Amino acid sequence: MKTELMSANYAAARSVISARVEVVAAYPITPATTVPEQIALLNEDGFYTGQFIRVESEHSAIFACIGASSTGARAFTATSSNGLLLMDEGLHWAAAARLPIVINNINRSVSPSWNIHVTHDDSYSKRDTGWIQFYVSSVDELYHTIIQSFKLAEDERVLMPVMINSDGFVLSHTLSSFDYLEPEEVDKFLPPYSPPHWIMDPANPVSHGNIVFPEYYQEFRYMMHEGTQNALKVYEEVEKDYKNLFGKYFGGPIDCYKCDDAEVVFTSQGSIAAEAKDAVDELRDEGYRVGNARVRMIRPFPVDKIRELGSHVKGFASFDRGVSYGFGGPVANDIRASMYHTKYRPMIKSYIGGLGGRDMTVTDIKEVIKDTYKAVESGDLGPEETWHDLME
Amino acid sequence: MPKTSYSKPMVGATGETGSWRTFDPVVDYDECNRCRTCWLHCPEAVISLDEDGTPHTDYDYCKGCGICAQVCPKQCIEMVRTDERKRRTGEV
Repeated sequence: MKTELMSANYAAARSVISARVEVVAAYPITPATTVPEQIALLNEDGFYTGQFIRVESEHSAIFACIGASSTGARAFTATSSNGLLLMDEGLHWAAAARLPIVINNINRSVSPSWNIHVTHDDSYSKRDTGWIQFYVSSVDELYHTIIQSFKLAEDERVLMPVMINSDGFVLSHTLSSFDYLEPEEVDKFLPPYSPPHWIMDPANPVSHGNIVFPEYYQEFRYMMHEGTQNALKVYEEVEKDYKNLFGKYFGGPIDCYKCDDAEVVFTSQGSIAAEAKDAVDELRDEGYRVGNARVRMIRPFPVDKIRELGSHVKGFASFDRGVSYGFGGPVANDIRASMYHTKYRPMIKSYIGGLGGRDMTVTDIKEVIKDTYKAVESGDLGPEETWHDLME
Repeated sequence: MPKTSYSKPMVGATGETGSWRTFDPVVDYDECNRCRTCWLHCPEAVISLDEDGTPHTDYDYCKGCGICAQVCPKQCIEMVRTDERKRRTGEV
């Protein structure tokens, strides 16, 4: 292991070497561009020895990965925003074909209005494709979560593709240190992918994607649901192994900070969640009993962990950097749904903001947490959805 | 059950797809000159030939697309409703 200083995108490109990815197919789009660009350079210089396929669109990129993964190769791609949306058909296909492809989606606002900065709408809109979804908060976490994701995706109990989301520019183009692992080190953790069912092999032909009539279709969908749900337990094992081998641990599906005695916890995804630690520290100094619950995984949704938190906190200040138009904050609503079948009724306030890359500073986060704190103290929930810093 | 559907190559790997058909190709063997054009064009490869070139359609898998009837130079393949064909052959 050696410490390097790089942007998240450059680190993501290195994870491809470390995880011995065999095929990368990618098409450039800001702010993801420097991921495939770096992989192409590393390929030219002989550091990345797999195939790098230059394709004509993101639709082709995901289908090239599907082809590669179907032959039993480990496949990766990176994209952003409209690029991810162009992949849509292939995202559903990869999940239903049970192909353990890994994508690094660099969150970028969806146009119009044209904007290259972070909003989580691109990946939120892919929530129901079957892909396991992570949101990361640092360069180091992105690099290691990509490596972990191959292990998680390729586990026979899961066998579902994984999308790791990292905030555009805030992470993608910001340099930070991370601990690089040589592929020989990662070998101890990640064996070569060996597909547990069919593979595309001319010597032993099978056809896949054939017609399945109403008698069986539903069962295949149920197995996808089961595989995705298994990911919570399997990821626990993956993280344990990883910690033992490399001393790295990022906090499970929800990384809790000072939550044990907190009355209010702030939940969020992505880089805001790292910033929120400072907000929590400052508020603690001011006498507020608050904590930070950084939601790293939104699918499968960590229901048990939310219920455990909800059993002892009085309020959730749930922040979404994206919207489900007509029904507000997607993660806030998932937290509400998770608590419904319990006897606990913490206040769950939804906040939406930071869209189009609008800065969410420590001051902003403190304001949000204090708003929920006030609701808890007064017993008056107030609005169930608040757009933070919205112009009149 | 496997985690996702796949099949090994065999006749009718996905069931008797001929059940989709509405119209059946029926060859007038008195007119047919055994030219094999229908056999060549059939996208499902369900037309088999006798040694002299006489075509036979496998109704278990023919989807009734009608390409054979369209390409037949003698225009001696008629598309007939399935139940009508069965009545003619005494199947029903």
